[in-house]
This record gives sequence, C-alpha cells and structure tokens, in this order.
Amino acid sequence: MTTTTAKPANVPEQKGPDGGPLLEVRDLHVEFHTRDGVAKAVNGVNYSVGAGETLAVLGESGSGKSVTAQAIMGILDMPPARIPKGEILFRGQDMLKMSGEERRKIRGAKIAMIFQDALSSLNPVLSVGYQLGEMFRIHQGLSKKDAKAKAIELMDRVRIPAARERVGDYPHQFSGGMRQRIMIAMALALEPDLIIADEPTTALDVTVQAQVMDLLAELQREFNMGLILITHDLGVVADVADKIAVMYAGRIVETAPVHELYKRPAHPYTRGLLDSIPRLDQKGQELYAIKGLPPNLLNIPAGCAFSPRCPKAQDICRTEIPALHDVAERDGAAMPGRRSACHFWKETIHG
Amino acid sequence: MPDNKSPQVTPSSVAGAGPAVTGGLADTAAAGVAVAAELAAGTDKQTSTEKARSLGQDAWRELRRSWLFWASGILLVLLILMAAWPTLFTDVDPRQADLRNHYLTGPQWSHFFQADWFGYNVQGQSVYARTVHGARASIIVGVCVTLAVTLVGGIVGMLAGYFGGWLDTVLSRLTDVFFGIPLLLGGLVLLQAFTNRTIWTVTFALTAFGWMQIARVMRGAVITQKEADFVTAARALGAGTGRILFRHILPNVLGPVIVVATIALGGYIATEATLSYLGIGLKDPTVSWGVDISASQKDLRDGPHALLMPAGFLSLTVLAFILLGDAVRDALDPKLR
Amino acid sequence: MAETGKQDEALSDVVASDASTTAEVEAVLDAPVERGEPILQVRNLVKHFPLTQGILFKKQVGAVKAVDGVSFDLYQGETLGIVGESGCGKSTVAKLLMTLETATSGEVFYKGQDITKLSGRALKAVRRNIQMVFQDPYTSLNPRMTVGDIIGEPFEIHPEVAPKGDRRKRVQELLDVVGLNPEYINRYPHQFSGGQRQRIGIARGLALNPEIIICDEPVSALDVSVQAQVVNLMEKLQDEFNLSYLFIAHDLSIVRHISDRVGVMYLGKMAEIGTDVEIYDHPTHPYTQALLSAVPVPDPDAREGRERIILTGDVPSPANPPSGCRFRTRCWKAQDKCAEEIPLLAVPEVFAGRKTPAAHESACHFAEEKQVVGAA
Repeated sequence: MTTTTAKPANVPEQKGPDGGPLLEVRDLHVEFHTRDGVAKAVNGVNYSVGAGETLAVLGESGSGKSVTAQAIMGILDMPPARIPKGEILFRGQDMLKMSGEERRKIRGAKIAMIFQDALSSLNPVLSVGYQLGEMFRIHQGLSKKDAKAKAIELMDRVRIPAARERVGDYPHQFSGGMRQRIMIAMALALEPDLIIADEPTTALDVTVQAQVMDLLAELQREFNMGLILITHDLGVVADVADKIAVMYAGRIVETAPVHELYKRPAHPYTRGLLDSIPRLDQKGQELYAIKGLPPNLLNIPAGCAFSPRCPKAQDICRTEIPALHDVAERDGAAMPGRRSACHFWKETIHG
Repeated sequence: MPDNKSPQVTPSSVAGAGPAVTGGLADTAAAGVAVAAELAAGTDKQTSTEKARSLGQDAWRELRRSWLFWASGILLVLLILMAAWPTLFTDVDPRQADLRNHYLTGPQWSHFFQADWFGYNVQGQSVYARTVHGARASIIVGVCVTLAVTLVGGIVGMLAGYFGGWLDTVLSRLTDVFFGIPLLLGGLVLLQAFTNRTIWTVTFALTAFGWMQIARVMRGAVITQKEADFVTAARALGAGTGRILFRHILPNVLGPVIVVATIALGGYIATEATLSYLGIGLKDPTVSWGVDISASQKDLRDGPHALLMPAGFLSLTVLAFILLGDAVRDALDPKLR
Repeated sequence: MAETGKQDEALSDVVASDASTTAEVEAVLDAPVERGEPILQVRNLVKHFPLTQGILFKKQVGAVKAVDGVSFDLYQGETLGIVGESGCGKSTVAKLLMTLETATSGEVFYKGQDITKLSGRALKAVRRNIQMVFQDPYTSLNPRMTVGDIIGEPFEIHPEVAPKGDRRKRVQELLDVVGLNPEYINRYPHQFSGGQRQRIGIARGLALNPEIIICDEPVSALDVSVQAQVVNLMEKLQDEFNLSYLFIAHDLSIVRHISDRVGVMYLGKMAEIGTDVEIYDHPTHPYTQALLSAVPVPDPDAREGRERIILTGDVPSPANPPSGCRFRTRCWKAQDKCAEEIPLLAVPEVFAGRKTPAAHESACHFAEEKQVVGAA
C-alpha cells in the first residue's frame, strides 16, 4: 500500500487577519480504541477556514465529520479516542500542543460550537437568561445585572420575540427553533472568530430550518466569522456554503467551491450522493442508489475506501489509496479549490 | 459551552441492552462504530462468517473480561458447593460437642480443612464445620427470598406498568405502603407469629416485606418498554396481551430486574443472619451463621474466632453477590461505565 | 365538495346493506378491490388527547387536538403522501388507521367497513391487510428476537396465512425479496445496519400479504446513500405485490418522488390535497407554498432564481389552536375572515369548473396559484 498523506491544501484562501487562515487542520488522525479493535474515525484530514468564510463538511454517519469537529473543539473523550497524528492550527498555533488551560480559553471565546440537539445542550433547571449570562460572568466578570442585560441583548439579536419577558423562562418553555436560536446566541456571546455548527438544523422543521440558517448566515456576515457547517444534507449546504469538503470513511474525498461541486462532481461518491437524492423540482423514475453500505471503521477496505461501492472501481482502486489530486479542466487549466481523491477523477468530471 | 456529545465509543448496539438511538443522521463515532460492528459481515447479499450473537451471548463476552465477575463467581461457586455438599469440605458433625477437650480452643491456622482449623466454640463444637454447614441456611434463604421476591414484585410491577390506570394507582400505593415498613422490623413482627421457625418461614417473612423494590424497577422498565416501537409493531400485527407481555416486554425488562435481584440477594442473607442473631429467625438445632454469631457474642473477648469466622463468611457471601450484581449490570448495560 | 358528498352517500349505502355477522364482514374484507378504486376512505377523523390533572381522580382540563377532522381517500395501487411539520398530526393519523389509537370521532372505511368500530376477529382480519413500516429501524425491532422470529411473528399471530412447516421457508423468501441474505435468519437486529434493519421491518410488513402499507417516515432515520436503496425497494415491492402506500414524511422531495397524490397537513387539518403535479407545481394554499419554498434544493443555481417565503414564528400549540384558519397566525395573507371562518377543504371558487391543475382541494379563503418550485 502506498502512503498518500495529502499535503495541506495549497488552495488560495481568504486570509485571517495575520495572513494565514483562521483555522487549519493538517493531516489529522483520530482513532477510537474499542473492545472490538481500533476504529479509525479520521484518517488524514486537511481543511482550512478563513474569516468570513463558510466551509461545509458533508458526509454520512461514520464519515468522521463530527469527530473532526470534536477534535478541533477539544471535546473528544480521551480515551477511548486518541489523536496519533496531526495538527490543528488556530491562527497559526497548534492547539493540540497547548495546555488544557490555554485550550479552554480558546474554546467558547474564540471557537464556539452549536449542536444538533438544543434541548439536551441546555441545562433544563437553569433559566435561559442565566445560562446566557453565565458566559459573561465567567469570561468577563460582569455583575449579575449586567449579565442579564447582555443576555436580553443577545436574545434580541437572534430575534427571539419578547426577549425581556422571556429571559427568565426555562429551555423546555421554548420551541425547537427558539432553542436553537438560544444555542446560537450562546455561541455568539463572546463574539468568537469561528463557529462550528454540527447539524444545526437537522432536528428542526423545514420552515424553521430556513429561518435558522438565514439567521446564522446573517450573523456570520455581521461579525465576519469563520463558519464550519457540518451536515449530511446536500440541500442545506447549497444555500450557505462557500466551499465544500466531502468526507467518506474518515478522509476528504473531494473539495470544491459550492457551485462547482453540484455542477460537476469529481468523485464517484459525490456523484452518487447527488444522484441518489430525489429532487423537489423533478419527478424522476428510479432513484440512483449507491450500492452497499458505508465501510466498517474497524476494517476499512484496502485501497480506496469507496471502491467496494463504486461503479467505476478498477484493480488499482482496491490496492492503492488515491491521493487528493488537484483537479484540472480538460485542457489542463487549473480549477482553483478543486481536489478529488479518485484515481479516475478525470473520467468522473469530464465524463 | 456545554461540552456534551462526546462520542460514546462502546458500540452500544453490540452489547447494549437498549441501542442508543442517535438516528441515522447523527454522526457520532458511536454510530460509525455501530455500523461498523454490523458490517463486519460485509454488504447485503454476501455470505458471511460472522455468527449470530444474541444479547445474552454479548453479555457473556463482556462478563468473561470482568475480573469482578471471576472473583465473585469463583467465591460463589465455592459457597454454593459448601451449601449443597458440606461433607465435601468437612466430615466433622457440626452439632457434635466436646466441652471437656475443646471449650473455646483457638484456631490452628495450619490445620487446613480439619476440625480445629477455625478452633472450637463455647460448646466445644468445631467452628469450621459449623461455618461450612451454616452456608446452607444462608444461601437457601437468600436464593429463595430472591426468587420469591422477583416473582411477586415482578408480577405486581408488570401489571401496574402494563395496564396502568386504576390498577396502577392501587398497586403503586400498595407498594408505597409496604415501603414504609422496614424489612427487618416487618420480618421481626411477622416471625413473632410463628412458634416453629424454619428456613421457609423466614423466607416467607422476608418475601412479604421485600418485594417492593423489584416491583418498582419492573414497573418503570415495563412502562418504558410498553411505549417501544417494537411493541407498537406487535400490536399492529394484532398480537394479544399475553404475547406482547411475555414475548416482547418481559425479555427486555429482565436485565435491570436481574441486576437488582442479584444485588439484593446479599442483603437478604444479611437480614436472615440479623434475624437469627436477634433470636427471632432460625433457631438452634439449625446451623446458621446468624445463630452462631448470636451464640458466640458473649464470648467475644475470650474466643473472638467463634464469632469472627461465621461473620467473615457472611460478609464474604454478601460481598460476592453484590459484586456479581455489579458485574452483571456492567455487562448488560455498557453505557453505565 | 358536492362530489365528496355523493361519495359519502354511496358509502353509507354500502355499509347499510352489509350484513353484520363477523364471517360476512371477513368475507367483505378479503374481497379484492379493483385498481383505481378507493380502498381506504377516511371521513372527518378526529383524535383529541385529553389533558388531565390530579393523581387519583383525574380531571380533564383540555385536549390536544392532534387530528381535527381529516378526510381523504386512498386508492388501490397508489401512493398517497402525507406531508407536514412535526406536530401536524400525521403520525397520529397513521396510528388511527392502524387502530393503535381509538378515534375520538370520524370513520375509516376499509372496503366499506368502518374499522374504527370493529373488534375481535374482524379487526384481526383488517390488521392482516393493513400493515405498517416504522420510522426508527433501531427501536422497531425487538432486540431479543432473531430476524427469523421477527419476520415469522406475523405467521404466529395469523396462523391461517402460512402452515407451520412452511414458515421458515416463507421468512427466507421474504428476506430475499427485501434484498437480504436468507442465511441471516438466525441473526439478531443489532448485527445489522440501519438500512438493513429497515429492510427487515419491511419484510415483516409484507409477511401477511397486506393490501395497504402505512409508512411512517420510513427513510428519515437512514443515511442519504441508503435512503435511495430503501425507496427503490419500496417502489419495486409496490409493483410486485400491488400494494397501496400511505407514505407519511416530512421530506417533501422524497414524498414527491414516491407519491401519486399528496396531502399537506397543518395543525391537525388537511390544508391541501391533490396529485403531485397539482401540489408541487401549482400549490394554492399559502402554507404549501411556504413549505415548498423553504425546502433546500441541492443545486445552488436553481436556488438563486427561487423566491423564498420565510414564515415567521412557530407552529402554535395543538392544545390551543387559533380560531378560524389554523395557519392564519403565520400567514401573510390573513384577514379578518380567516380568524372567523374555518376554510373548508374544497376546490376554491376561483378555480371551480376550470380545467387547470390549480383546481384541486385547498382549505384557504384566498387561494391563489403561485409557482414556488423552479421548473427544471
């Protein structure tokens, strides 16, 4: 087996204030040591986000997209998790080498996270206002009264109606959409540079989903934050992302600017995903279905992890792990930001 | 920031009593590993070498790795052997007394398995032989009370949980009333009514005041399982109450009940000894640890071995059952760890 | 409206002329229905869950109006999709049709028999013919039973369907039909992935050769790449076994893909119902329009040309729904009339008699056509 650890992306980035990208993940590996063996959840992931930029990380369950985010936040349970290799650079500093105290200062204040399930992320026995104000009391040492005023201001900002009256309410008194707004308010409280949103709208109804995504995009522009949006929903991504990284079995299999990806996928997995979702504006006959099942993380297939499910797989796919190649036009013109981890990316993108 | 959502790596669906439902959407490592475990077989329509494993087999796999289980298990096997065939361990008659030669003789620690190993008591009886023979009463009472309590409490809890409504109200209040009576006090009072107290009367008394905990556990578990989708699915197929209760709900609630029962077993043994010590449980010609502790208390200063040996075995037995319960709980519900 | 009225009369005739002995009822239930004829007719179905207070003596203090007067027909061989947001009552409708809940009022006619009033053997016969596929493949299979026992259980409950010696073979056939290895018969559910479990659930639903399968969000818990497999399987089985599906989901794209007709529910009522083209390309109810416009389309280019209607606020509580039209609190067209008068589910007057796809039943006083899904 050849090693194909991809080099960090040499893609032009929107730079953070000090020249480099805001956050850069380099060759990150995460394993889980379980009774049944070592589950390789993340196997060499590289990505970066600049200020004001939205990176969507797309993948199915088990693709390692959430584990990567948890590694960035430093909220993986270790053990069983282990990070054998890799760097997570925040403004050029490797967070994996920082002390617990240093990381804690970054977490919440500089990088904040929004979870899928707002109800279980909020403490049910404390009022929403108290939980929002807590951030200010702990990190900025504000008085109780000032913290409450700040909490109301935040609730206004995420457009919770009647914030002043509702500041003393408890999480269960809010609807799902409102709770997700509170989570967003909490993440925004200390005006972080980067927000990681892990499936922020999956648990919400369609009409509420649209409201929440709009709010998130608007706040991102207002504060010029970096946003990592983790999702399995190709539709949600299409709306807000600038660039997309598609993950499969712990690796990035394709990166592309958002419009490009949908028009001309360069990896058979991405193509399969796009073909397998029914469209609202078209009534197709039979859906294309990717055959088989996602791989076993304890026993990832040799070569390209997607090869057992891939309609185009050749012998080389079963033996050699494909590197994340730069993708180019038919005439050799560079396609900035586009990379594909497929031996046959040319055939895939150019037909 | 609430630091939740840390991935549970124990593949819950492999050994878990209840698979953690994150929905296929949640992308936690758990989901990945869970998928992984099932996928060891490969894709659909592909023959596989993986054997069918029931949850019981998974629990056994888990148990095998637990030192708690082996330690308590070996201890319990010895104790049960002792209860069933005491003559395997000693051929000395525990009731044979020789006051002239042996009055409160101290233990001879090097005389393994001999009559004088643990010394003699105030009656000149072999403490070793009495300790070996005393295991029977304790273990029979412990096991029988546990079985009876599981049966009574299980039925009450199941009826209350499954049928709900007024039946639940009545049974739950009845449980509460009994909870108000301490096991020991209840046993004391009830046993007063019997002049001839045997192992069976003690069992009856302890059961009468000990079934409530199981009833509560059972009721809670049944209420949870009753709402489970697979129960709804069975109802949708037209399954009757009996089938739903015994085929679908019961196998899924046994786990917590077994755990509670195993842990409680130790407590019943201790209670039996306490009753006997108080002179209200088993009585002299019956050989029992409680009876012996009671009989030798007044000689604590002259011959402490006569009290400490049965007391030590009693503690060891109780401990073994509690540890076993812990190990079983861990095996049945890896999420607790 | 007039048409439905006539249908109802015809229906009550059928019911009246029916003798009521169980055997005859059973005979009626087992008779085949022509393709394109209604096989299930739901009329004014209502389910209120009482809200009670007190420990020993319970006092009703209100009711959650989960389903509040829903009517529709399911035709033989078709797929009727029911869409709506959480709390709109779509899952309760499924439970009512399965007689897992007792309806507060209203009727469900299956081949002319009101199944809400059946019991005993006749009800069992109905259950044989109406089966269900559940949302969550992880909780809908008993973890303590093998796959063979799970799929074979329908035969144990209805022994007349398959003789004892045949059952194992039947289970293996069913496994094969849903695309699983028949050798998996002795495995336990936890040894399968979500998609495979859902196939097991479908095999259980098929075991009794039912005519109707009610699917409550059958793919929403599955991974995207596996969803397509299951949807394709369901379509294949529909053709093979001539099934009628009631397909309940919140994912409008999948519902469009699989359904012949679609009903849109909001707060316990049907807002709009029609063929998939009528609903998706010519919606006339503002809620349908908002719902469709909010669906994220996985195509950034198609996206940009689309108008998006972003609704304000949340769905009101079904315990205390708004007066008049239930959608009026979030509707941009709402007027006084909407608060006073409940709009009926009927072809709106503006479109009445006209031959246009917009002329389908819609419960809005101010129904008008609006294209929200960009044609591709």
